Amino acid sequence: MADLHRFANPTRFLKLAGIIQPWALAVFLLSITVGLYMAFFTAPADYQQGESARIMYVHVPAAWMAMFCYTVMAVASAVSLIWKHPLADVSARATAPIGAAFTFLSLATGSLWGKPMWGTWWVWDARLTSVLVLLFLYIGYMALQGAFDDRVRAAKASAILALVGFVNVPIIKFSVDWWNTLHQPASVIKMGGSSIHPSMLWPLLIMAIAFKAYYVWVLMVRMRQELVANKVRILRLKQVHGG
Amino acid sequence: MKQFVFLVRRDLNLAFRQGMDSLLVVVFFIIAVVLFPFGVGPEPGTLARIAAGVIWVAALLSTMLSLERLFQIDYDDGSLELLALSSLPLEVTVLAKVTAHWITSGLPLIVAAPVLAVLMQMDSDGFMVLIVALLLGTPSLSLIGAIGAALILGSRRGGVLLSLLVLPLYIPVLIFGVSAVDGAIGGYEFKAQLLILGGFFIGTLALAPWAGAGGLRQALE
Repeated sequence: MADLHRFANPTRFLKLAGIIQPWALAVFLLSITVGLYMAFFTAPADYQQGESARIMYVHVPAAWMAMFCYTVMAVASAVSLIWKHPLADVSARATAPIGAAFTFLSLATGSLWGKPMWGTWWVWDARLTSVLVLLFLYIGYMALQGAFDDRVRAAKASAILALVGFVNVPIIKFSVDWWNTLHQPASVIKMGGSSIHPSMLWPLLIMAIAFKAYYVWVLMVRMRQELVANKVRILRLKQVHGG
Repeated sequence: MKQFVFLVRRDLNLAFRQGMDSLLVVVFFIIAVVLFPFGVGPEPGTLARIAAGVIWVAALLSTMLSLERLFQIDYDDGSLELLALSSLPLEVTVLAKVTAHWITSGLPLIVAAPVLAVLMQMDSDGFMVLIVALLLGTPSLSLIGAIGAALILGSRRGGVLLSLLVLPLYIPVLIFGVSAVDGAIGGYEFKAQLLILGGFFIGTLALAPWAGAGGLRQALE
């Protein structure tokens, strides 16, 4: 527990965030360049789907991040409810819009891909529906955050909501195994090794690293911004009460 | 247990003394369903096809409408704080209030549902299953809703916010509720869906009071 609370001090965290932020940005820029280059030029076109399969290099990492961000939010919410860690709130709140954006990106890219491949923009398939529910959960979380004047209450209420909504994450993950869906089952991470050829797997993994680095970068920016905004607020209050 | 029963009776008394209030939920339920024949046309085949879905969606919406009152009145007049201070665990208090809520808003829906099923030209094979599915499903709706109702206490725009929080969580109940009825009408197996609905009920019965009590605690701080 001592380690967890070491960074409860915002000043110490701000210093660390200042170090992480440029590195995350560098990793993001490097891997998105390499990843997109590989996705467009070195990875082969799919023998059935042709060039349109390349949208996978954005779609799959975005969908992973959508679930990853919600998991981060739920864990951070649990930490903030149990240990009252001051940064857990801030990180959960900062993660929500990023996760919502990734969820939307994965739905949008999937829909663009679905039109030529499945012949429809949208099907009410278990995977698609549960991801749509995830988007609603993100929106509900953000709405609840904004609905209170008291920030401590907003943080607590939305932390409980994030934990309740977490039931949806395993449903999304296993929806393709439990139900017979139009969406293809997991192929990258599964028992008995990946069923994707290395020439496609590598750009996918590099894109996944790029998305993760992007997340870390934006998270640092948002958390620093929020902590600084808090400081400004406290200084203003001091000014008002003092003078 | 005695306190639990007392609390349920208190809430029921309050609801009945207000007369029309709890009846309004059923009226909304009926009107919402009756709108559909005007919307999609009175053709019996079409109505019969969508009957189960429409009744379930209307049941979801009317349960949700009544949720705002679940804790709000007690929160406003301060009796919620007294309930929290009593020797009864807050989880049991939540369970008692949910029970009263289900009796005043879930049960009337179940009574009204067969009449609406007739109006919607639903095949008579589906009636029993519809009632059983609603019996198993509506308690879950009240239980899940209690979490949302506790979370929005003291917020701005409570009602609209509540729908955004609760409706996504209602989707599983809707899916299995409708597919049980459609299965029975189509002559397929429907026991599995009913068992899943029962499973949801037991799961939410075990977990929702904790989350709801957590929500109330942070609201009362």
